[in-house]
Amino acid sequence: MGTLTDSLYAAIELIAAGEGKLAEIVMLSVRVSFSAVGIAALFGLPLGALLAVGRFPGRQVLLVVINGFMGLPSVVVGLVVYLLLSRAGPLGSLGILFTPTAMIVAQTILIMPLIAALARQIVADAWTEYHEQLRSLGADPWRASLTLLWDTRFSLFTALLAGFGRAAAEVGAVMIVGGNIDGVTRVMTTTIALETSKGDLPLALALGVVLIAIILAVNTIAHVTRRWAIRRYG
Amino acid sequence: MMSHDRCVFPLELADVCFASGEQRIIEHVSLAIDGPVRTIILGANGAGKSVLMRLMHGLLTPTSGAVRWCGNPERAAAQAMVFQRPIMLRTTVIENVAYGLKLAGIGRDERRARAAAALTKVGLAHIADRPARVLSGGEQQRVALARAWALDPLILFLDEPTASLDPGAALEVERIIGEIAAGGCKIVMTTHNLGQARRLADEVIFLHHGRVAEYAPASVFFALPRSPEAVSFMKGELP
Repeated sequence: MGTLTDSLYAAIELIAAGEGKLAEIVMLSVRVSFSAVGIAALFGLPLGALLAVGRFPGRQVLLVVINGFMGLPSVVVGLVVYLLLSRAGPLGSLGILFTPTAMIVAQTILIMPLIAALARQIVADAWTEYHEQLRSLGADPWRASLTLLWDTRFSLFTALLAGFGRAAAEVGAVMIVGGNIDGVTRVMTTTIALETSKGDLPLALALGVVLIAIILAVNTIAHVTRRWAIRRYG
Repeated sequence: MMSHDRCVFPLELADVCFASGEQRIIEHVSLAIDGPVRTIILGANGAGKSVLMRLMHGLLTPTSGAVRWCGNPERAAAQAMVFQRPIMLRTTVIENVAYGLKLAGIGRDERRARAAAALTKVGLAHIADRPARVLSGGEQQRVALARAWALDPLILFLDEPTASLDPGAALEVERIIGEIAAGGCKIVMTTHNLGQARRLADEVIFLHHGRVAEYAPASVFFALPRSPEAVSFMKGELP
């Protein structure tokens, strides 16, 4: 019990002091995970909409794959991306292994299925409600998808934040492809794992507190936005 | 291209059947409708009114038989439909009205102007910038009518447009339908409300179990229905 309270006290001191190394790690985490969400959204949202609206061969297979990959183990994603990016791998010439870019790639792959699957569900529900009206007005599937994505934007925002939560909280993929290099690829989760094993509990705990605070803050924003949107737009 | 876009009539159904799974909803319907008279599709719940209308509009494809607009099997563009439950996008009233024009490829300035004009005609110009989904059911239906009207269709389909509205809102919707018709647009509307059918119909298609039991001018139909099904429907004695 003493260890926990002592560590917590030290952790709060670290956070309050805004210690440089701590801030650097937090910033890298946020940058990597937000970038991953952005790229995953760019591909995942249209893919989800197309799966909801379109009828094409292979759609069922794609649906099963995407739903299955929602819970992809992050270490496996890390391993696959590692193999692709390692010097002998097919994308080894890019030379991005053990850089933040590699971490963004891994997290993007990790959360893209989650975002696509959530988007598909959200857009499919809207499509059920709207499809006759949209087809009556002459919207082709592509146009209908764009309209539905825009119309469900507030719900989709929540889906993106779910993706952010998963990205920011995962440790396996960034550990493998980032290498947890001090000052270069060290993020909150990998630092927590390392510092705990080294016995530096205050730093680990401080990062844990910050990580939870960020995820809570992001979800608060999502919640407030949704409530505002429902009141404003119905 | 443009000539076909602006040609709808005659709208012909040739031996059209429609089935959903095992259930046969429309059976061997052949008819041709022409503008600009107001055609009311009358019949009990489950007679197949809404499905027949969707076949005419091109939202559904017949299981067998054919639908032709102006002799062409390709769906005509100059048509619009208003549904029982108005579908409003999460944006302002005027953007909802302009959306149909946007899909029709009309430029930004023109669609703003046409949407604003349509809203004035349905009496909603003062709430053009309000979000559409928080309006009352009656107001939403008027926005839906404005959206259809702004497209300047040659034919407007209305599927029980007043069924979920209170009497005041229903009368306002009927007034707007009358004005759209007065502008030369063909009206095809389903209803199970006899009073409404009497007020609006120039001609009546009476549907019973997916078949056209009667297709006659309104004056003839209401004075002297020929089919026993129509006679009992008007007496309120459903078989």
